[in-house]
Amino acid sequence: MSFFMLGMLILLAGGFVSLCVGRRPVPASLFGSASAVAGSLLAVIPSFQVLIRGVSESWQTDWTVPFGSFYVQIDALSAVFLIPIFGLSAVAAVYGATYLLAYREKNLGIPWFFYNLLLIGMALVVVARNGLLFLVAWEIMSLSSFVLVTFEYERPMVRQAGLIYLIAMHIGTAFLLVFFIVMGHQAGSLDFTKLSGTSSSVANLLFLLAIIGFGTKAGFMPLHVWLPYAHPAAPSHVSAVMSGVMIKTGIYGIVRTITLLGTPPAWWCWLLILIGVSSGILGVLFALAQHDLKRLLAYHSVENIGIITIGLGVGLLGIHRNSPLLAVLGFTGGLFHVLNHAVFKGLLFLGAGAVLHGSGTGQLDRLGGLLKRMPWTAFFFLVGAIAISGLPPLNGFVSEFLIYLGVFKNAPGGGLASAVVALMVAGSLSLIGGLALACFAKAFGIVFLGLPRSPLAQHAHEADWTMRFSMAVLAALCLLLGIFSPAVVLVFQHVLPEIIPFDVSPIQKELESASAILQHFVFASLLLLALTGAFTVLRKLLLGKRSVRQAVTWDCGYAQPDARMQYTATSFAQPLTDLFRIFLRTRKTISLPEGLFPADSSFHTESSDISERYLYAPVFQWVGLLLSKLQWLQHGRLQIYILYIVLVLWTLLIWKLM
Amino acid sequence: MNNIADTIMIFLVLTNLALLGVSRLGTCIRIVALQGAVLGLLPLVSSGGHVEWHLYFFSAVVVGFKGMVFPWLLRRTLKEVKAQREIEPFIGYGTSIALGTAVFVLCMWLSSRLPLPKEPPSMLIVPVAFFTIMSGLFLIISRKKALTQVLGYLVMENGIYTFGAAIVERQPVLVELGILLDVFVAVFVMGIAMFHIHREFDHIDTDQLSRLRT
Repeated sequence: MSFFMLGMLILLAGGFVSLCVGRRPVPASLFGSASAVAGSLLAVIPSFQVLIRGVSESWQTDWTVPFGSFYVQIDALSAVFLIPIFGLSAVAAVYGATYLLAYREKNLGIPWFFYNLLLIGMALVVVARNGLLFLVAWEIMSLSSFVLVTFEYERPMVRQAGLIYLIAMHIGTAFLLVFFIVMGHQAGSLDFTKLSGTSSSVANLLFLLAIIGFGTKAGFMPLHVWLPYAHPAAPSHVSAVMSGVMIKTGIYGIVRTITLLGTPPAWWCWLLILIGVSSGILGVLFALAQHDLKRLLAYHSVENIGIITIGLGVGLLGIHRNSPLLAVLGFTGGLFHVLNHAVFKGLLFLGAGAVLHGSGTGQLDRLGGLLKRMPWTAFFFLVGAIAISGLPPLNGFVSEFLIYLGVFKNAPGGGLASAVVALMVAGSLSLIGGLALACFAKAFGIVFLGLPRSPLAQHAHEADWTMRFSMAVLAALCLLLGIFSPAVVLVFQHVLPEIIPFDVSPIQKELESASAILQHFVFASLLLLALTGAFTVLRKLLLGKRSVRQAVTWDCGYAQPDARMQYTATSFAQPLTDLFRIFLRTRKTISLPEGLFPADSSFHTESSDISERYLYAPVFQWVGLLLSKLQWLQHGRLQIYILYIVLVLWTLLIWKLM
Repeated sequence: MNNIADTIMIFLVLTNLALLGVSRLGTCIRIVALQGAVLGLLPLVSSGGHVEWHLYFFSAVVVGFKGMVFPWLLRRTLKEVKAQREIEPFIGYGTSIALGTAVFVLCMWLSSRLPLPKEPPSMLIVPVAFFTIMSGLFLIISRKKALTQVLGYLVMENGIYTFGAAIVERQPVLVELGILLDVFVAVFVMGIAMFHIHREFDHIDTDQLSRLRT
């Protein structure tokens, strides 16, 4: 615990130092990133100890705030979240050190200070064991990330994104506030150890509040509206941290709630699975229709949160039905995917940042041909794309595979419900995987292959070494987490007993059998890697003696093909987006070429979010209309406002003394 | 003892009512100064015979600030802004006095219901303290000139001070002096602000200032 606290202090101190020298960009970046790296690496040590030994560490001290106590604890569940938080943040800080230097004219102390504060907030959220401390940490996290999102506040789009983010976060926090008040009212204390064993109707209410409150942060499908705005607006290393780990605190909140609320009724499990399926499928569909690289990645966060939630739902169903198999594989799959998603989504956002940094645009239709100009970035992005599509031998495959394994093994002999779960989960996971693959074929193909579609892409330059180093670390982790998955899965033996109220021995047994199956996978993937390597060497050898000529791939029979004749992002995805147009509701603006000598013609598509258009826009309009009825209260005269205050105070006093 | 405290209280009520009915700003400043100076004597009276040396010191400081420094600062501002009287207040002078009397009755009733930690030196102290706070707020709400608002603020502070003298056994001198310093800074800053407002807009009418908002 002392290492953890020391790490927090370094983060705080480094943030302040960076703030003090903020006007000078190089020292500010240096202090900020160095303290973020040092603090993270120190603070992560206790998490590894806890995961290996299986003994949790806690620290408690009084706090003068009513109902609050400064009670923190690192147990195995916290550790599983702390490791990606600190790991990804450290790597992203190295990346940010040079990435932010592109904004030399700004005060760089501010983003670094709030970056460190964001880390502190996230870590405290995960270790807090008191409701009030949790909410304070939650707010630190939300507000500091808001400042980071609005870093480029000169752009109107960024300001709008910041506003949407701020509102969404506080609606979520409002639900959490009610959640903790109801819970604390039941238990008489806000310490997590005393919160348990409520009646079923209250537990149902609490569960729904948690789903909405934490789901807003995590980005469940109708609550995700802030994600596609905030992620593209933030600087790329911050997007990586936000998408990779910050939204996972929502998942952590739901898992922690499950441990506090006791035995789940069946509908909780089905609700989680349904949320997971809808977030997963709709997330990837909307990703497919996007034109902006970072916005596309943001929708993939929704998709992956969906996959994680499916895992949690399956695990919860296991608890409900007393099935260690489902519980172990579901939760292991879900939580492992938390770690995996942090790694590959972090990698992809850093890659997108390198593209943005090198070319100056994230619009897919203005990029192209970057493979030749940014070979390293292209390679790392490809690794991330393979991982996120859930393909072996990388880590994304493993966690999805565990969930598949759970539902398939459970399907025979479990009655109708088991079959339905198997069909629903396996069916939707494979649909998500397939669509994700299509989406990243599009993203990688449009950005890195073909010819540059604009002068910006023409003059793109490779990222410098700190950015490449960060991406290399994450890419290596993608492979290592896949190759060493049998060992990583066994680490969960201390985590699962925190969530699953069964005996330890069946949990252990299930994990060992899963680990054994994964060993086959590792063997196959090593074979695949060896074969790929062998073929590459063979190709090199064969080509070595011949002359290699570069030519246009396919010119459609035109005499002078142009870069604009290539597939665009929209046309590449068009067969799929048309198939799912019932969900996407893409608006197309077409003016067709007419006459013998056609002049100007244009084609424009826009897939705005359905929940935004059909749910939030009407609701907010209605609220606005209602509130405008109260406008007569607002005169703009100071005297009247003071009168309001006086009237309220006196009414209260008289009412009290009556 | 009680007689003197009661006399001070009745003096407070009268000054409050006078403030509600007077339109000339110079007179208002003089009334507030008088009120503050008399209030400065209250700790000497209400301590119950045994008077410590620091109370004398404290009394002197309060009388000095409220009776001399503040009026001097305000009068200087008044001279600079060349405003003579409150013109067209939101609530007229006659109505103000009538309302003030009604509020005083309300305050009497309230204080009869209010539980206190100890018996105050005079039964009038609590209602009068309430009434003074209310008068200050009333001045802030109903008058237009920025200078009157500062006076309202001072009157309100006088009320709080009276209340403190009523219910607190022995206030730490440091706390009292701290509050006094706050008020001093506030009056100082408000005086400067008013001067600048006047120089910029040629008046200190707050209702016209509210048009500045975008």
